[in-house]
Amino acid sequence: MRRFDLALPESVDDCVKTLAGRPAGAKLLAGGTDLLPQMKNGLLKPAWVVDLSRVAELQKLAVEGGALHIGAAVTARTLELDKRVTGRYASIAEGGALLGSVQVRNLATVGGNLCNAAPSADMAPPLIALDAVAVIAGPKGRRRVPLAEFFTGARRTVLGADEVLVELVVPDPGARSGGQYLRHTPRRELDIAVVGVASQLTLADGKCAKARIALAAVAPTPVRATTAEQALQGQALTPELIERAAGLAVDAAHPIADQRGSIEFRRHLVRVLTRRTLTTALARASA
Amino acid sequence: MKKQVLNCTVNDEAVEVLVRPYTTLLDALREDLGLTGPKEGCGTGDCGACTVHLDGKPVASCLMLAMQARDRSVRTIEGLAKTGQLHPLQDAFVRHGVPQCGFCIPGVLMAAAAVLAEHPRPTEQEIRYGIAGNLCRCTGYTKMLTAITEAAGAAARREG
Repeated sequence: MRRFDLALPESVDDCVKTLAGRPAGAKLLAGGTDLLPQMKNGLLKPAWVVDLSRVAELQKLAVEGGALHIGAAVTARTLELDKRVTGRYASIAEGGALLGSVQVRNLATVGGNLCNAAPSADMAPPLIALDAVAVIAGPKGRRRVPLAEFFTGARRTVLGADEVLVELVVPDPGARSGGQYLRHTPRRELDIAVVGVASQLTLADGKCAKARIALAAVAPTPVRATTAEQALQGQALTPELIERAAGLAVDAAHPIADQRGSIEFRRHLVRVLTRRTLTTALARASA
Repeated sequence: MKKQVLNCTVNDEAVEVLVRPYTTLLDALREDLGLTGPKEGCGTGDCGACTVHLDGKPVASCLMLAMQARDRSVRTIEGLAKTGQLHPLQDAFVRHGVPQCGFCIPGVLMAAAAVLAEHPRPTEQEIRYGIAGNLCRCTGYTKMLTAITEAAGAAARREG
């Protein structure tokens, strides 16, 4: 690894001040599972690294005011196991359970996964499908950005060089809501999504009051399948309608072909995974 | 690139060591503390050979900066056998002849110890899932499964 200096802030304010003093060439280090490999292979050569591991606010995981607050440095392993997450926010736990091996999940953080902004990031689809909002701190204070608008391109986000992601605020989807995240990988462990799909359905009077479908690894950023969502809105959720929505979700996908899969295969996966996640989401919402 | 003072606990002993900002926890353990049990295989968190416990949880020590372990408790394979006797997992690995080249074994043992801490009577699935982050190019994992299953049984009997 190329040499760098290491800052050890203990609060979000400290972080922002540290970044303000060194706007160029500073990288925020959370779990390190994405950043360190990129530094070791020379892809990134920051002059300063800012260690976030002792910033207490970033570790917060709490239900407050009808919403789940997930600090940016909460680990994938915590999200995988914490009962406040696995119950009502099952798809987030499912995303967390998929981030590499247990040795990686104990380090990898939700904020790191989002800020690294790989098109295949597993934490993005479930959080987008749950209407999560990103809270960002910068020199001018804090701002809130819907996670669906957080990503601006492959490995690019709205985060400025002087800003730090503080937490994700996830509104309570309610008792009559259910969701699931599924991805396809050739092997179960330590792999990257060929396609990932999260669905979230909320029911009222036997019909779909709200539908969210978010896709990963089919575009430079995670995308919502809004046409498919609209087809479900206000309708009775029959297997036929779910199949139709799965077909419509394919239109939101603009995948590339690479060693993980062809364009045709990825589009096929969007249809299959959307159907499966919607079916599970409906079952969980009805339970 | 001033060195920084790392205070932490390693294998139940308080240590204080000067480290460079860019030294990984794995390098500090191996080079500064002489604990060469944890190995560097890939250096990118894919192989598990560097697995140590951080506050009781298995982590890839190649993906942590040494300074991130400040005020934390680290356990390496050297600290697995706490009573001067082999840990039941080590004992089972020896009796079943699990190690071949041996390079992955410290990491596998630390991962397996974490599985047993979480699931005292693990299913085969739980064992497989728990050591999925550890690559072994010699054994095919079969004897590992046998040894871990047996060690779990032995530990459970001892405590039961």
